[in-house]
Amino acid sequence: MGFLDIQNVTKSYGQVEVLHQVDIAVEEGEFLVLVGPSGCGKSTLLNMIAGLETITSGEISIKDRVMNGVHPSKRNIAMVFQSYALYPNMSVAQNITFGMEMHNVPKEDQQTALQDVAKLLQIENLLDRKPGQLSGGQRQRVAMGRALVRDPDVFLFDEPLSNLDAKLRVDMRTEIKKLHEKLKTTIVYVTHDQIEAMTLSTRIAVMYQGYVQQLGTPKEIYDSPANVYVATFMGSPAMNVVPAKITMQDGTPHALVKIHDGSEQMLRLEQDNLSDWDGKDILLGIRPESITDPDGADRNSSNIVSLTNRIGVTEPAGADTYVTMELGGKEIIARMRADANVQSGDIFQFAVNMEKAVAFDPATEMRIKP
Amino acid sequence: MAVAEQDTAIRTGTGTRIFIYGILLVFALFYLLPLFVMVANSLKPLAEITGGNMMALPESWTIEPWKQAWSSAQIGVEPTGLKPYFLNSILMVVPAVAISTILGALNGYVLTKWTFKGDTIIFGLLLFSCFIPFQIVLIPMASVLGKLGLAGSIPGLVLVHVVYGIGFSTLYFRNYYAVFPTELVRAAMIDGAGFFRIFWRIMLPVSGPITVVCVIWQFTNIWNDFLFGASFGGQSQPMTVALNNLVQSSTGVKEYNVHFAGAILAALPTLLVYIVAGRYFVRGLMAGSVKG
Repeated sequence: MGFLDIQNVTKSYGQVEVLHQVDIAVEEGEFLVLVGPSGCGKSTLLNMIAGLETITSGEISIKDRVMNGVHPSKRNIAMVFQSYALYPNMSVAQNITFGMEMHNVPKEDQQTALQDVAKLLQIENLLDRKPGQLSGGQRQRVAMGRALVRDPDVFLFDEPLSNLDAKLRVDMRTEIKKLHEKLKTTIVYVTHDQIEAMTLSTRIAVMYQGYVQQLGTPKEIYDSPANVYVATFMGSPAMNVVPAKITMQDGTPHALVKIHDGSEQMLRLEQDNLSDWDGKDILLGIRPESITDPDGADRNSSNIVSLTNRIGVTEPAGADTYVTMELGGKEIIARMRADANVQSGDIFQFAVNMEKAVAFDPATEMRIKP
Repeated sequence: MAVAEQDTAIRTGTGTRIFIYGILLVFALFYLLPLFVMVANSLKPLAEITGGNMMALPESWTIEPWKQAWSSAQIGVEPTGLKPYFLNSILMVVPAVAISTILGALNGYVLTKWTFKGDTIIFGLLLFSCFIPFQIVLIPMASVLGKLGLAGSIPGLVLVHVVYGIGFSTLYFRNYYAVFPTELVRAAMIDGAGFFRIFWRIMLPVSGPITVVCVIWQFTNIWNDFLFGASFGGQSQPMTVALNNLVQSSTGVKEYNVHFAGAILAALPTLLVYIVAGRYFVRGLMAGSVKG
């Protein structure tokens, strides 16, 4: 039993099932991020935890108390909304204390709690203002203040950063992370931004089409994606997934891939159980940072393979230079060091870190388990 | 290209401008003319009207017609003036406007933020009251009022106007609340506010513009209503019916100056409401039509 337990939860609207058999156990103090594209059911799941949507079947419990049918205000949760949802007619202070007022908390206690939170979030000088007079970042803080002041068991965040501009988003991301490390609260956080998911979470649930595709730590999700969807959704630029054929050479599996001129190159794979796949097609997943110029290759890797291919275009991005090339009939992206000597159209020898490569079954798109 | 033209969609020269303003001026005068005639003649002795030019300003100014219209003119058979009927109208219009506006706001709130199966059908049915002609319901309404024991009384008129008013007030508030962010309601639910507290503390404080629109609309309609007043007024007839009785009386001398004064008195409250709240009216009607 977890602190927040989601057991076999489904959600249907009429005949249409939008969430299928979701099972997640969240431990106390964990930062769980639900990530996925629009319409994957992540917000619906969050609203069900909050009690804003009914649960069609299954059970959600917090601290071993079953929450099905319990009113949102009785669940001891707090929620930060995408639009912040600050009450426009009330001052910042009233916004923060509204919940306590509804729960008949004595005035003095309200004030103490208000001051504590205002200090923590550095919004003491804003307490008398109306939400309309605040900037986006300030509103965000007030919305978090309103959640924090209730000292809830679980915090729910519904895409809280998506209305902020890019720079502020990065700042607030760091602040949320700091806040979590300081307060050790249990958080469920919904986002469609995979970088937010990677940076903030202790665990990620990648959702797609109403299914939890994979649940795991950021490292597990990134290094061992369960299927092609998770592999390409997480990471930017996305993982390159190219068709390849397995062939056994000296007892180790190799992937045969077509390069720009149609000839094939062999990339040695480290995965042992691929011998069953001898002569069969697979999908080979290689992250852009695993294809580098030879000097940029990971020194600690046990399996660096060289690949000669023609460079398509180069895209200098400051810190790195991205290079496109044709592999397996697809255009893929490789990530060079910024000062790597690469020119469009050149035939270049790349270093591929095959230790990090993953293989997928082309029929099911599931990972071939090592 | 000039900066000054940023707000205007059409480029206009001086000639066109003079032309446009000229036309507008003519129209303004045209619309003000009846008001001028009414005010001017209500301040004349009767002899000046019957013996002279209706368009002329009074030669000897008097407020006697106003006094008469207010307190001593013959309404039907009683020489009471319009005063008691004015009071009837106030007693009818204030509760009717208040109740229909509050119910409309509640309906709008439920139909947008507490949606249930069949809510659009209910809304559709409510809208019927905006389109059904008054005359159709006269007989059923009379029978209902009779059964309730409210026939010929002010509470009866209030009920009739509330029933007819709910359609429009619901329409106004529903459309206004439809663009009100639902996340606010959800946030308040999580904060522990119930159905009425959310309505009272979250929704109503931001409903100013639409409330003004609704109040103006209901006030004007109910105040100006003649048909229901004449049909169900009984002994408590509103101002409009009394004005008719004053002006249409077929015996004695037609005191036009008193009639003009009475007509202005009958129109004054709606005029006042427009002047006081009018600037919110357009703002409210436009609310939600443009983002931001």
